[in-house]
Amino acid sequence: MNEFFIPRLGHTVWESVPRLGAATRLLLGGLGAVGNRHFSFRQWLREVYGLGVLSLALMIVAAFFTGMVLGFQGYYALVRFGATSALGTLIALSLLRELGPVLTALLFAGRAGSALTAEIGSMKATEQLAAMEMMAVNPLAWVVAPRLWGGIFAVPILCVIFDLVGIFGGYLVSVPVLGVDGGTFWGQMQSNVTLSGDILNGLLKALCFGLIVTWIAVWQGFSAKPTAEGVGAATTRSVVMASLAVLGLDFILTALLF
Amino acid sequence: MSQRAIDWWVGIFVLLGIAALAVLALRVGNLSGFAYGNGYVLHADFNNVGSLKDRSPVKLGGVTIGEVTHIGMNPQTFRAEVTMRIEPSIKLPIDTGASIYTQGLLGEQYVAIQPGGMPQNLKPGATITLTQGAVNIDQLIGQMVFDKASGSSSGTSTH
Repeated sequence: MNEFFIPRLGHTVWESVPRLGAATRLLLGGLGAVGNRHFSFRQWLREVYGLGVLSLALMIVAAFFTGMVLGFQGYYALVRFGATSALGTLIALSLLRELGPVLTALLFAGRAGSALTAEIGSMKATEQLAAMEMMAVNPLAWVVAPRLWGGIFAVPILCVIFDLVGIFGGYLVSVPVLGVDGGTFWGQMQSNVTLSGDILNGLLKALCFGLIVTWIAVWQGFSAKPTAEGVGAATTRSVVMASLAVLGLDFILTALLF
Repeated sequence: MSQRAIDWWVGIFVLLGIAALAVLALRVGNLSGFAYGNGYVLHADFNNVGSLKDRSPVKLGGVTIGEVTHIGMNPQTFRAEVTMRIEPSIKLPIDTGASIYTQGLLGEQYVAIQPGGMPQNLKPGATITLTQGAVNIDQLIGQMVFDKASGSSSGTSTH
């Protein structure tokens, strides 16, 4: 076992470089295929519906509970310093800068990314992709581009809605339940949250996460083994890789935009 | 699902996103700021404004009656010039004072107005001259330590 470990590691690293290259080619080709005659605006709308609109209910419920929990936990920490007036600021900044984009992207990877991988993987397993190429239909324009652009478009919108619902959930816990003054809650929030520094910063993160989650999902679908197990494994890999990529990218973006 | 229904849903989705962004910008961020848009302007010179910033509240007896709209430096006097907008229904006498206080231990700083008793009122654009700047806690601690040290050293010298 031990004598096989090092060569196998080397082989994995060696193989992953051209895979990354192929994945990048898929990404750039897909993004650039918007002008292609096989790119259909209708198809893009369908993807925004499937990826965005159908994820909305999940996002709203998750955001509501996240906001309410933030309200309780923030109150628990702040009440020791007599600083419960900062609760509104705490909830808004945590959601806008960090939890909104990251949780939206993680939920999106689980809800929509996995479906994307499975869909494209079964297209490959049933040789639909090969059939398209036979009919001179560019799969980059017909399959990849609407999905990539749909994901990039849907995630920031989901994130804004997540932020808003989360702050409302935090408000419901803080003001009516815990008795923080409502005027202070909103007033402190308004004087400490900025549009460009906090709200747009979070949206920029959401945009990057939308890109990377959709990219990984589409790539995993494309590179899946064309069997039932292959598609299943690709779907699992898609969610795991997308979640890790979101968390890693979040660190880099936070360090850059801090 | 027909294409028309999808068009509708995507449209609603986008509108929801735009509405949420608008609410965030106006209600959560500090883009909304025209609450005192019809108020009149007053100036006040302070030797130190501390961490006062734009949109900090101006209070009279604990009630917010306006907000800070601009903080600048007067190059002649080297004093900070604070411009405020005050609710039009509040007419302040000309001997009104202004101080900068902190709300609670960790709270934000605000301008507190102490109304005077003169019959004439401050005109829009007038400057409040009776001012007290922000208290610098570092300076206070330094002063206290210095007083202690000089007190104890003078005690030992007389011994």
